[in-house]
Amino acid sequence: MSALTQAKDDESRAMADSTQINCVHLHDADNILVCTRHIRSGETIRYLAGSMAALEDVSIGHKIALADLGTGDKVYRYGAPIGSMTQPVSRGGHVHIHNLKSDYIGIHDRQGKKNS
Amino acid sequence: MSDLQGYLRSDGRKGIRNVIAVAYLVECAHHVARKIVTASDDLDVHLIGFPGCYPNEYSFRMMKALCTHPNVGGVLLVSLGCESFDRDGLLEAVRESGRPAELLVIQEAGGTRSTIQKGTDAVALLKQESTAKTVPMRIDELVVGTICGGSDGTSGITANPAVGKCFDRLIENDASCLFEETGELIGCETIMSERAITPELGAEIRSAVEKAERYYRIMGFGSFAPGNADGGLTTLEEKSMGAYSKSGSSPISGLLKPGDVPPGGGLYLLDVVPDGEPRFGFPNISDNAEIVELIACGCHIILFTTGRGSVVGSAISPVIKVCANPDTYERLSEDMDVNAGRILSGTPLEEVGDEIYQLTLECAAGQRTLSEELGHQEFILTYKSFEPIGPACLPAAAMAR
Repeated sequence: MSALTQAKDDESRAMADSTQINCVHLHDADNILVCTRHIRSGETIRYLAGSMAALEDVSIGHKIALADLGTGDKVYRYGAPIGSMTQPVSRGGHVHIHNLKSDYIGIHDRQGKKNS
Repeated sequence: MSDLQGYLRSDGRKGIRNVIAVAYLVECAHHVARKIVTASDDLDVHLIGFPGCYPNEYSFRMMKALCTHPNVGGVLLVSLGCESFDRDGLLEAVRESGRPAELLVIQEAGGTRSTIQKGTDAVALLKQESTAKTVPMRIDELVVGTICGGSDGTSGITANPAVGKCFDRLIENDASCLFEETGELIGCETIMSERAITPELGAEIRSAVEKAERYYRIMGFGSFAPGNADGGLTTLEEKSMGAYSKSGSSPISGLLKPGDVPPGGGLYLLDVVPDGEPRFGFPNISDNAEIVELIACGCHIILFTTGRGSVVGSAISPVIKVCANPDTYERLSEDMDVNAGRILSGTPLEEVGDEIYQLTLECAAGQRTLSEELGHQEFILTYKSFEPIGPACLPAAAMAR
């Protein structure tokens, strides 16, 4: 079984175990959580292995830092690197295009402006 | 569960639909062809076509593969008259496949009104002549493709791995399953090449992804839409990892290019990025360009996962829509065949995978998908160029030779 499939199965079980959780930790190596529903600033983030306070509003499908992350740190999701931090973020903060960038090809907005 | 019936074609393949394809051979014949389809007012009469006036080997190969697809029972070609497309070659190829086929040339048929009338009559006749017999069909004769469109941060944890589970079950039953878009697998090349059944195939897969990265860099944009970021995806490699999980956990049996039909059951990666120096623009300008290429490889059914909420279907092969995000499902439920977002509230991944598998078999048995019922028949085909695949791309077929 691949690491990815193992991660999926663990996570599937985790979600089945509790409807209280609002975030999922997809892989042991991950330093972020993924929200399974909208979370408001100050609300308690609950994932299988623990809980913490959300530092800001974060939408479903978006990422929250599981640890303090510094500029240049790699971010891991599914146990795989998904880019590098461009700014620091504290545990419980939103990890997205304002502080994380691709190690491959950058993304763009609706005006065609690139976020390299 | 083998109450499947297929339309038997002369090449031995079986179709799950019996579509009459009306194909325009240049944009100048598009309006007339569309009017013929509209006048026919039949869910099984579909519009396809190629807009360009310049010759292109790939587009001929694609149109031939589509017009002789197992889901197609008859073809009407609509030509303006002066375009480069080899209309006689295509007509002959379709007739050689045992399908009824007609050609109308607008410049000879008396213009717009006259061609629409003749075309509408021709379609009615093709429907009568399209009498392929139905025979029992096994799961191992099914070819199923998957694509994601409008992905978000939930796609990679709900709909995509659920389709992966469905793929695993289909492949256990020796069906052929195709996943694609190497430009959306950038970052997965190492883990993906390790799943190849031979090291040589692994090397081909790795170089296909490297080709995609090079190509997209020259284009200046990665395959990442603003809506992906709205939905929580931040980087191309994050999107890739989520997209990759549609492939399930089976070994990868081969690497195909558009129009290549898989030689037997198993999991295949479809390389949709053109070979050589970039010439004709973006590899796939929108999701339907990829769907058309999957169908040209013989896919009977497309499993389409979406987080933000795509509503598209396709000409020729039905599209099953698997919605990743529970909030999107609530807003667009009339367009979504499966609510995979309920995985986030505790439904096991396996249960949703089973549902997709059952729905795939029901669709193959004739049940219409939501996009089919709504009349979605999107189609787009543009210029590309490819080199044929090398012998390392299909190890099992090479050994059998």
